[in-house]
Amino acid sequence: MTDARRVLITGIAGRLAGQLARALEQRDDILEIVGVDVREPQHDLRRTEFVRADVRNPLVGRVIEASAIDTVVHLSTVATPRAAGGRSRMKESNVIGAMQLLAACQQAPTVERFVLKSSAAVYGSAHTDPVSFRERSVPDATPRQGYGQDVAEIEGYVRAFGRRRKDVDVTILRFANFLGGQADGAFQSLFNLPVVPSVLGFDPRLQFVHEDDAVQVLERVTSGDHPGIYNVAGDGVLYLSQCIRLAGRVAAPVPLPFVSAVASGVRRSGRADVTMDQLRFLQFGRVVDTTRMRTRLGIEPRYSTRQAFEDFVRRRRVRGVVAREEVVRWERELYDFLQRKGQDRFLHAQRDGG
Amino acid sequence: MMEQHAEVISMAEQRAARDARDSGATRDGVSDRPRCQASTAADRPCRNYATDGPLCRVHAVQQGERPTPSDASPPDEGPVEHARRQGRDDAAAPAGGGSGDPAGAGSRAGSGDDGSSDATAGDAYERIAEEVRRRGWRMAIDGLAALDAVDSDALAEELSTLAGFLRRRLTGDYDIDDFGFDEDLTTNLLMPLVRPLHRHYWRVASHGVEHLPADGGGLVVANHAGTLPLDAIITRLDIFDQTGRHARELGADLVFRTPFIGEWARKTGATLASGNDADRLLTAGELVAVWPEGFKGLGKPWKDRYKLQRFGRGGFVATALRAQVPIVPTAIVGSEEIYPMIYDLRLLARALGVPYFPIVAQMFAVPVFGPLALLPLPSKWVIEYGEPIDTTAFGPEAADDPMTVFDLTDRVRDTIQNMLHRNLMGRRSVFL
Repeated sequence: MTDARRVLITGIAGRLAGQLARALEQRDDILEIVGVDVREPQHDLRRTEFVRADVRNPLVGRVIEASAIDTVVHLSTVATPRAAGGRSRMKESNVIGAMQLLAACQQAPTVERFVLKSSAAVYGSAHTDPVSFRERSVPDATPRQGYGQDVAEIEGYVRAFGRRRKDVDVTILRFANFLGGQADGAFQSLFNLPVVPSVLGFDPRLQFVHEDDAVQVLERVTSGDHPGIYNVAGDGVLYLSQCIRLAGRVAAPVPLPFVSAVASGVRRSGRADVTMDQLRFLQFGRVVDTTRMRTRLGIEPRYSTRQAFEDFVRRRRVRGVVAREEVVRWERELYDFLQRKGQDRFLHAQRDGG
Repeated sequence: MMEQHAEVISMAEQRAARDARDSGATRDGVSDRPRCQASTAADRPCRNYATDGPLCRVHAVQQGERPTPSDASPPDEGPVEHARRQGRDDAAAPAGGGSGDPAGAGSRAGSGDDGSSDATAGDAYERIAEEVRRRGWRMAIDGLAALDAVDSDALAEELSTLAGFLRRRLTGDYDIDDFGFDEDLTTNLLMPLVRPLHRHYWRVASHGVEHLPADGGGLVVANHAGTLPLDAIITRLDIFDQTGRHARELGADLVFRTPFIGEWARKTGATLASGNDADRLLTAGELVAVWPEGFKGLGKPWKDRYKLQRFGRGGFVATALRAQVPIVPTAIVGSEEIYPMIYDLRLLARALGVPYFPIVAQMFAVPVFGPLALLPLPSKWVIEYGEPIDTTAFGPEAADDPMTVFDLTDRVRDTIQNMLHRNLMGRRSVFL
């Protein structure tokens, strides 16, 4: 296996893909980077060649052959129906696209490595979930709709591809929710609403991964030899209620029987893309175990879950109803007042005594 | 003084007086005794026998009543001290020492004459006046001022602690662990709310705290009863108050499916009773509490009280063996009586998808007392932590040996059943 790599990145117009391409451009051991997407990438890329094509297009196969690509990084999975223009088109682009890409890779003898950006959504969300999912743990109920189902199916095809082409190293990265980028945008769009909807009586445990850490992980597995499945997430866990408080927003708890009605109302209003599979996530949440990422990949996330969220709040200028500084100021004023009172009393006693 | 009152108004004496009157004072020796000269509040002649001269014991005491404490306070005493002293009971305040029974006798002392003074109270005033002359009021005032200052400092401290807590909750500035355990919320808000139940309502007495491991992993195994899992909450609080450790409960999956209950269970550190989660907690050196009877124990009928149900499938023993931590058998007495379950509406329970639908004794009192009747009964609780069972003797591989697991499960179950019997024999009554 050669050290010099020729890399194909699908979905190059995506934010994460753009950052990965830029990180790879810095490296000397990456000879060539080809980006494929239907949209023109807006990032400032120098060495990366851009090919405007859909992954379902046979052109991709020809590009792989012509550039003697040895590493394929598949990042073009779409998380929300709106980004793809409807659920059926999302499914087609996600699942059929991955199948076509894998078919092209199987034909290409030069391909040695396949990296799939998957999602922790494959584990689903249920009340019987373990406290954190390990890579090998099988959930009681695999997701049967939406993004979770898509990524589960894509993972199945990628594993089958790995079995057929034993010489290809397959790496599957299951990312926790991203914040900041366009990927997995369904959750963060909740914070675009005036109040953040939640399910009454439920408080999901959430985990986030910062983009910088995601790029770091992707760069590591693209340039090195790390076959296998890895969960990627920041340290620590946040409750949704805690996120809402950290952002200074107000929660709008919706009773369980009305949740789907409210969700479709929100979806129709076009301000947030709340899908049905998200609703279970809003009830039970999901936490993954990242021990394997640390030990095998040697990655220490720079951002914890909370730091990732706070960074998101800062960058997106999520406007809080309850300003954090205000609350801190109230507390300090009360404290000062009490201190002053105590001092007054002390001085008073001194004066009286003396 | 109180005893005298009780004697006078006792039933026996009243009956004797009535008998004497009904029999027309013909009995010898009885009719000779003189009656009390005073008249009652209803202006009828008092029927008691005279003891102190012409008066009976009730009227003798009433007319000799001392002035109330407010009249008796020294003229140069500040209003603060006065208020403080009045607030205290009479034993603490020397000046009010003789003027006991303020509610009972004081209200009846309408015709008390000021001239007659009680000897002991007068002595006390004399002594206080003497001391004041010698040392002045300075010291007492200083002491009270200091007390006041300390009191307000504590109040200020409390206030700023509370403000800190509110600030953390409002801005989300607190940490939870992977299990979702919110320690800040649990120790600062929820446990103080439950503590009165533990201390004053069920008056929990706990024995054998030394058997709980001071550090490292441990598995507390206890009996489950009482229709609602309040015993888990109380035991958890008891362990925390005794050892300062949070015992992490393992709950059934129904708990985590139910709105609010699941949320709060997670926030207080409970997690799903699955081998995976329990292993993680125990290997992390946490104290874990489990109620292996589950719903079978909680929803058992009244006639089966304190009869341990099947202990699951012994999964908790296998977990303890894998993690090589001691098992602490724990017996809770008193939890059975909080909601005596008379009947289980099985059909309704099945329709609702819950393990049982209880008809508890309190429900029959609802027409009389309203919803207040549904409060749990204030039984007296005893929690006993038994001798820990060492699992290191069996080795971790014993977790895969079903015979060892079954034996150990039976041993734990028998231990708890014996402890239950012993504590049941030892208790005086259900409520005291």
